Amino acid sequence: MNPHGTWIAFRTILRKEVTRFMRIWPQTLVPPVITMVLYFIIFGTLIGTRIGEMGGFSYMEYITPGLIMMSVTNSAYSNTVSSFFSAKFQRSIEEMLISPVPNYVIILGFALGGVLRGLIIGVLVTATSLFFTKLSVHHLAVTLSIVVLTALLFSLGGLVNAIFARSFDDISIVPTFVLTPLTYLGGVFYSINLLPEFWQGVSKANPILYMVNAFRYGILGVSDIRVEVAFTMIAAAILLLFALINLLLNRGTGLRS
Amino acid sequence: MEYTGRPAMNALSIRGLTKTYANGVSALTGIDLDVAEGDFFGLLGPNGAGKSTTIGIICSLVRKSSGTVRVFDVDVDENFPLAKSYIGLVPQEFNFSVFEQAIQVVTNQAGYYGIPSALAHERAEYYLGKLGIWAKRHEPTRFLSGGMKRRLMIARALLHEPRLLILDEPTAGVDIELRRSMWAFLREINEAGRTIILTTHYLEEAESLCRNLAIIDDGRIIQNTSVRKLLSQLNCETFVLDVDSGDEIDEVSGYSMRRVDEGTLEVDVKREQSLNPLFAALSTQGVNVLSMRNKANRLEELFLDLVGEEGA
Ligand SMILES: Nc1ncnc2c1ncn2[C@@H]1O[C@H](COP(=O)(O)OP(=O)(O)OP(=O)(O)O)[C@@H](O)[C@H]1O
Ligand SMILES: [Mg+2]
Repeated sequence: MNPHGTWIAFRTILRKEVTRFMRIWPQTLVPPVITMVLYFIIFGTLIGTRIGEMGGFSYMEYITPGLIMMSVTNSAYSNTVSSFFSAKFQRSIEEMLISPVPNYVIILGFALGGVLRGLIIGVLVTATSLFFTKLSVHHLAVTLSIVVLTALLFSLGGLVNAIFARSFDDISIVPTFVLTPLTYLGGVFYSINLLPEFWQGVSKANPILYMVNAFRYGILGVSDIRVEVAFTMIAAAILLLFALINLLLNRGTGLRS
Repeated sequence: MEYTGRPAMNALSIRGLTKTYANGVSALTGIDLDVAEGDFFGLLGPNGAGKSTTIGIICSLVRKSSGTVRVFDVDVDENFPLAKSYIGLVPQEFNFSVFEQAIQVVTNQAGYYGIPSALAHERAEYYLGKLGIWAKRHEPTRFLSGGMKRRLMIARALLHEPRLLILDEPTAGVDIELRRSMWAFLREINEAGRTIILTTHYLEEAESLCRNLAIIDDGRIIQNTSVRKLLSQLNCETFVLDVDSGDEIDEVSGYSMRRVDEGTLEVDVKREQSLNPLFAALSTQGVNVLSMRNKANRLEELFLDLVGEEGA
């Protein structure tokens, strides 16, 4: 395929992805906002006032970046996993498989679809948070780049999950048993400095901790870890997953019998 | 050597193709097949023979176990994307998103082939219009009837104007009138130069559309010839006569006859045989022939012979 044709194919996949989540917006755009409102009411207003300060900020301010990040990552992941799996399930993925579109374009199209949904959710949730807390951005470039990279990483993660999934159960197992626990333990609700040394060490093996803290650094200027480390890790993970998915698609894993 | 202009090219050339699925099913056991450019080619065979497997391999949906596949001289192992760009596929089963509108299904497909949106819409209007579903373009595909879905898949396969169109049972579940109009449409695009490979279980369809055909059974090709030659192999035709005689009917010499029931008589007539002596003999017996028809499609009988022989 020539470069112009490849570009058209990429835009087609991306547009299809965006059309899909916009078409089902009550399922894709509304729930994260409702969840966020609940978090703010319960953790921020009801419980947070009793907790007092954390990292030099009110508890509500402290948890807001993590909550935003959590919505973004959940949305990005669930977009690619459900879109790709349902394309597999309905066999409409065959439309792409029989065409000359290169695999890397398929990956980019789906992944950026997930990123866009993550970012839209990020904006909606951030806007919602302004009803509950004040928010000033400490470092805009860090904030934006970390949110885009993290969304991309989770989009790719969703794709891997979808490629291996054989049933609808398989697309909820990873989010339920891996991602949610890691996110909750990833320093969304507390600073790991509050933990005993041993558990601080354990927490540092959790990749989500780095994303949440780097994002928190962008907004609040405080972090439990070094931001450079977070960027390096996320970038490496993105490259690794991209290469893995490319390999899986070339082999036809889960797609070609 | 004399220069003859463009060398004759095969649209499809398959050698030694085998496929064993992961569950151990050996679906193809060494297939050789050539389809000339411009041909209207029928791929026939009973359920489970390996037709869809063969097509799946040509279109990259199924991984072959061994063998080579060339599409317009492009080896799929060397440049599958180029080979794919030559092919349009109408699969046996519906495989579009049920949530998308018909127009989105076809224009997205065009996008995957790198066709600019304006051109895609122009062609969508043409092909959806030709196939009589333009008015339904904004319906989500799940609201289309079965026959409309088939036509949508044909339009989708044509949007990048492929040189080779492969249709896996395109007329399954399609009513007679619509089937005839689909035949006319397929003939038209074949006459315009597109090579067509078609699988079908309606042998009347193969007889009326295809110039050449292969019969595949149990993963092997058991017949590969022109439709005309195949039909000429038929040396006997069976006629069904509706008669109004309640009495015994005596055997007419030279014909093999069976009394199916009171009013029905089946007679085998050899190719070189005339029907006149039969009617003369029957009317001498006082048997009135009210009407007469062919027992079945001729190709159908031959097909059953061939496949039956194989099975025996
Ligand atoms: N994905 C698969 N995994 C395992 N076996 C398969 C798979 N697809 C087809 N088969 C088997 O391969 C054989 C050939 O199937 P195929 O679909 O090619 O037949 P077909 O000629 O298209 O039949 P039909 O006329 O019913 O469509 C059958 O025995 C079938 O059960
Ligand atoms: Mg089939």
